Amino acid sequence: MSVLTGSVLTVDALRIDAGAIPLVRDVSFAIGPGERVGLIGESGSGKSLTALSLLGLLPEGVRASGSARLDGVPGDLVGADERELSKVRGKRVSMVFQEPMTALNPVMRVGDQVAEVMLLHRTQPSRARALAAAVDLLDRVRLPEPKATARAYPHQLSGGQRQRVMLAIALANDPALLICDEPTTALDVTVQAQMLELIVELTAERDSALLFITHDLAVVATVCERVLVMYGGRVVESGDVYEVFTAPRHPYTDGLLAASDLSAVDERGRLRTIPGVVPGGGEFPDGCVFRNRCPRATDQCVQTPGWTGTPERGFACWHPVGGGQ
Amino acid sequence: MALYLLRRVAVFIVSTAVAAVAVFAFMAVLPGDPAAIALGVNATPEAVAAKRAEFGTDRPLAVQFLAWVSGLPTGDFGLSYVSGDRIGPQIADRLGVTLWLVLFGMLIATVVAVPLGAAAAVRHRSVTGLILSGLSQVGVAIPAFLAGILLVFLFAVTWQVLPSGGYTPLAEDPVAWFQQLLLPALSLGLVQGAVLSRYVRSAVLDVLREDFIRTARAKGMGLYRALWRHGSRNAAIPVVTVLGLQLATLLVGAVVVERVFTLPGLGSLLLDGVANRDLLLVQDTVMVLVVAVLAINFLVDALYVVLDPRLRDLSPRGAR
Repeated sequence: MSVLTGSVLTVDALRIDAGAIPLVRDVSFAIGPGERVGLIGESGSGKSLTALSLLGLLPEGVRASGSARLDGVPGDLVGADERELSKVRGKRVSMVFQEPMTALNPVMRVGDQVAEVMLLHRTQPSRARALAAAVDLLDRVRLPEPKATARAYPHQLSGGQRQRVMLAIALANDPALLICDEPTTALDVTVQAQMLELIVELTAERDSALLFITHDLAVVATVCERVLVMYGGRVVESGDVYEVFTAPRHPYTDGLLAASDLSAVDERGRLRTIPGVVPGGGEFPDGCVFRNRCPRATDQCVQTPGWTGTPERGFACWHPVGGGQ
Repeated sequence: MALYLLRRVAVFIVSTAVAAVAVFAFMAVLPGDPAAIALGVNATPEAVAAKRAEFGTDRPLAVQFLAWVSGLPTGDFGLSYVSGDRIGPQIADRLGVTLWLVLFGMLIATVVAVPLGAAAAVRHRSVTGLILSGLSQVGVAIPAFLAGILLVFLFAVTWQVLPSGGYTPLAEDPVAWFQQLLLPALSLGLVQGAVLSRYVRSAVLDVLREDFIRTARAKGMGLYRALWRHGSRNAAIPVVTVLGLQLATLLVGAVVVERVFTLPGLGSLLLDGVANRDLLLVQDTVMVLVVAVLAINFLVDALYVVLDPRLRDLSPRGAR
């Protein structure tokens, strides 16, 4: 895939390995300023690893190679040393994690935890100013009584409130890119929608680009403009959300959409599923990673399918769905 | 929070009372009559009875107990059956030595264990971590008295840089005080430090895996800074528990080490008491040691509240 000019993030041929086990292969994509991109796929497809590699926060023993360039940062994010990365983290790129209950330090006041990220990058000149800015941010993420909340400890807040605090931390320095890794998965459904609205609103206000990781197709449809579908550590399809969801080309995307359609049932009257389970890391078949679960697989699928289409809209499949081919 | 502390105070008072009963009862059931012991085998029954009346051991046990217990808070520990001296001042005198020894030992243990344990945790996958773990394993296996004898052999006998024993009060000569206390404190502290470092290591390892450390790093903190700012207080919570237990162990361990280094502490007072069959002295010393251990436990409980805000509110939501 070629590299978009003027993009905030450009990932090229990213691969991630745990020792000899390949986890992510050949992932390339770009995100424009203020663009909201979804990264979807089942658990174990490599979505979170891809995101963590952009921050240099991969778990011990897991290594990334390839390239990831961020606008305004001179070096490559992949393989950069800790010193370089710590200047970027929390300032140019920030991240909201899946589990709000454990993501905050239990023995530190919430306001201090928000203020810290501004003091760390010297975007506020003093502790007092940073704390005042933190209260403002807590207000912006619509926490009730922001002054009192700033003095609270995490255990005094609910999961949804803690996730708002995480969002306040992530947006404190107006990052060029916000990565959200399943930010609403652990929340009650009623709280989810408000949280998603808030993410869209606040990133738009700052013109921050958004990389939104989820396995929930409905969430992608509400939040994102463009979507990347990942399976087995590879991007198997990408494109405009509407196009991909209405006219999927990769059988995996097709299967995902069929499985999330709660009105459609199979011949036995059950909800549709994708047969089989996601293999463990490194246990995907060679050639097309989806071929052992794919209804359209043939002998040709032993070869790795190339990318068909443009970087913005395309798929990697020998036997695509629809499109008259 | 006030409720929590109040509860801890109540626990402290109740357990002290129970301990007093236990210590007294234990000494009471021991065979041997202090009066008979004091007078020797040739004493007449009349003389023994007179002695009993003098000691007060002819009274019912409950009366003896109340008389003993009611004196304790005011520092009236009774008179020695053997020398007839007041026991209170003796204990106060000896307690000072033991407290210095234990505090000094604990300080050495902490100074050794915290950096060593933290380094072993951060480098747990490397050779350095393995070597550090191995070293602490060796330390754990050495008893304090053996460490003491080894230290005396090296520093006092072979190199002759430090005295092998004795004690000079701090007010008299601080340099001599320090020199004489150094070896005994080292033999207590190094061994306890080795034990403590293993707990520090596992506490830091646990913290390293916490999500909030990842959050701190995602904010732009280096690993070490994140560990210090966000990890230290969280890791301190389990370590403080062990520290409290170790202080208690040190108090008891001091009994042996004081013997090795001829320090006039509470431990040697206790051993002298046992050797002279000075039962009341033994009873008092044991009681002081027990109260010290209970007080340490109370302090540890109080420290939890300072370290962990989750313990401060006892509202249902705060209790998780």
